[in-house]
Order: sequence, then structure tokens, then C-alpha cells
Amino acid sequence: MRVTGETVPRLRRGVRRQFDKARDTAVLMAPERVVVLDEIADAIVTACDGQRNIADIVALLAARYQAPVEEIDGDVREFLEGLAESALVTL
Amino acid sequence: MSSIAPPFALMAELTHRCPLQCPYCSNPLEMLKANKERDTAFWRGVISEAASMGVLQIHFSGGEPSLRSDLAALIAHATDCGMYANLITSAVLLNRDKLSAYAQAGLGHVQVSLQGAEAANADRIGNYKGAHEKKLEVAKLVTQIGMSLTINAVVHRQNLEELPAIIDLALALDADRLEIAHVQYHGWALENRAALIPTRAQFEAADALVARKREEIGARMVIDYVVPDYYADLPKTCMGGWGQKMLNIAPDGRVLPCHAAETIPGLTFPRADDLPLREIWEGSDAFNKFRGTGWMQEPCSSCALKEIDWGGCRCQAMAITGDAAATDPVCSRSPRHAAMNAMAAAEAQQEPGDFKWRRVS
Repeated sequence: MRVTGETVPRLRRGVRRQFDKARDTAVLMAPERVVVLDEIADAIVTACDGQRNIADIVALLAARYQAPVEEIDGDVREFLEGLAESALVTL
Repeated sequence: MSSIAPPFALMAELTHRCPLQCPYCSNPLEMLKANKERDTAFWRGVISEAASMGVLQIHFSGGEPSLRSDLAALIAHATDCGMYANLITSAVLLNRDKLSAYAQAGLGHVQVSLQGAEAANADRIGNYKGAHEKKLEVAKLVTQIGMSLTINAVVHRQNLEELPAIIDLALALDADRLEIAHVQYHGWALENRAALIPTRAQFEAADALVARKREEIGARMVIDYVVPDYYADLPKTCMGGWGQKMLNIAPDGRVLPCHAAETIPGLTFPRADDLPLREIWEGSDAFNKFRGTGWMQEPCSSCALKEIDWGGCRCQAMAITGDAAATDPVCSRSPRHAAMNAMAAAEAQQEPGDFKWRRVS
């Protein structure tokens, strides 16, 4: 899997993000699985709209959190690669 | 403020009716007939209550849940309530129209069972001619319609040789996930144990194959693997811990900590419309009986892993030792472990007799 700034991450078939009111947290719902998302994880997942590529997502979050692009870039890639390995996103 | 965390998942066993007669079915030996089933209003009420408690996933199961004409309506209601809906199906009664209606209602995931990789053996095991071909057709429709597909293959002595072909078939069907489950010996499976239990050599070959294939296939298709209890050394974390993650509602509306809990004598299970679901979850004897670690005896109560596996499977302890609070005999620290291994090895050498088919008597 070669991930570049051009790569467009997508939630995999059957995977949805939603808000869990009972536990007051965002979650990723997948077949027979629930993954609890913290604030940053949720921001990344929400940015994966099937249109934005990784560079767009990094720029969006760097602006929102006023953080250096290089730092956000590493975090976003690491997180999305983890989700890809867990079969929750495709890269 | 209650200290008992809410469940994540609800197993909704809508019916015990099923066109297949698999001899390892997890349903109880005394299955409920259609006239004991609950109506749409009951299930809608349960779904609303479960969602407000914090249940995030619903598994429509059975029997064959698509035998219920209200399945699409129940999926839609669960989706409206914010739940993720999974369908666990034998698939033989499905077609494009039904699947499209379920997808429209919000269904995210379909789990299709296979009894093997070859039609002749698979149809024999399910005792339903033409089942295998039909299942393959339906599995293809699931992904065409855009839902996530899991292939579930229960494996045992009479189909383990087909495991490499089952894995290839699941890949060819573009499954997102393959669940390879060695038979769990409860319900009908316990009745048919001597005909199903694999030899240790078969189990070791399966283990090695799964490890190799996982490495090879990676995230394209996740392989979940349920090991055969009788050859394991550590118990599985059954149900994610008794009364911790899941609740199960039987076709007649009784609320159970797991689908096999009825095999434990002395437990009574309230119906979901007798009491608020939250009260049943938090306060009923059945859910509290084996919740946490307070019920454990030695060697479990001083075990470092007691909050990892939560004591394993209570129904198995009951089935093998006659004491539901005993150490799960799967555990190498159980005094019954060696005897269980020996029993498995001996039964696996027997010539398999005829299956006792899963049927309503």
C-alpha cells in the first residue's frame, strides 16, 4: 500500500461514523464492531468524505488546530494506516 | 448513578424457524414454534429501549430472521434509533428484492453462512438441496447492493479438509470478512459432538493455515477465527464477559445473557415486556449471577487473567463439569482439562455416526 498526499481515504463498505449519545462520544460503526473515536480521530474520520485526499485533510486539520502541517501529516497518516489495517478504511 | 456499563450489542433472535437443519446449530434443543414468536410492536419497543440504554449494534438472527415479514421494518426502526444493523442469515430464502429492501432500510452488513466449499458436502450438512449455490448467488448480491459481506463458515471434522477452498471462495466472493468458527459445543452441536469434533491434527493444520492466510491476505479480507475449545488451553472471553457487552432476546421475548444460558439450571429470564430492559440488564438475577469476578471459585478467583477472559464460558463449565460456576474446563488450570482433551481425542477417532438434525420435535 503506497500512501501519498494524493491518496483519497474512504470509509470501507458498511462502515459509518456516528455520535453515541449514551456515552457522549463519536464512534465508528462497522460490521459487528464499534470503535470509540476521540476528538482528533473523529476530526480525521469526518474529513474522510470520499472527495478529500490526504493532503486536503492535513491542510484542513492544520488550519483548524493551528498546528504545523508536518506534525499533522504524520498523525493523519499513522491513524489512517491503522484504520486501513483494521479494514475500516481503504487507502 | 449506576456502575453497570450499558451493553453495546443486542442479539435479536426473531425466530427459531429455519430452512436449514445444521447439526451444530446453537439454538436450544427445544425450539420455539412460530406461535410463541413476538409481534412487530414487541420488537419495535425492545429496539427503542435498547437504543436509549446505549446499545449500538443489533444482530438480527434466529433461526432464519428473513422468515419474518417484518424484518425490513425492524431494520428501519433500529436504524432510526441510531443502531447499526447486522443480518445473520442462511441466505437461502433471500433475493435481490428482499436484500434491496433491507439495504434501503439501513442494513449495513450481511453475514452469510456456508456449510463448506463444495455443494454436495455443504448441502448434506445443512440438509437442504441447492442451498450452497443459492448462498453464493445471494453473497454476490450483498456486495453488488453495497453492503458489507461476511462469510461465516462453521468448521468441523466433516468439512475441515475444505478450509483452503472456503478461504479462496470467500475471497472470490469479495467478502470483507471471513469468520472461521470451529463448532462450539452447545445446543445441537453437543448432541452431535462425536460426529463433528476434529482430530488434533486437523485442528493444528487449520491453525497454521489461518495464520498463513491472514498474513497473505491482510486487510483485504479480515479473518476472524474461533478456535476449537476442546483443544485450547485458555478459555475464550465468552460474550465479552457475562452481562458486560451483549444481551440476547429469544423469539418468545425472554432476555438472556447469552443464547445458551437456558442450559444453566436455576436461572430465570424475564421477558422484555415484563420489566424495563435496563432493570433486567442491571438488576436481574440471571445477569448478575456471573457478572464480574465475585462469583468465581479457585483457581479463577486468584488468577491474573480473570479480568481478561472473565472466567470463559459458563455454559461450557455446566455442560462438562455439571457446575456452572466451575473453572471453564478449556482452561489448563481446570482439574477437568486433561479429561476433556482426552474425551475430544477419543471422540475424534470414532467413525462419525448419522447426524441428529436440527428439527422442531
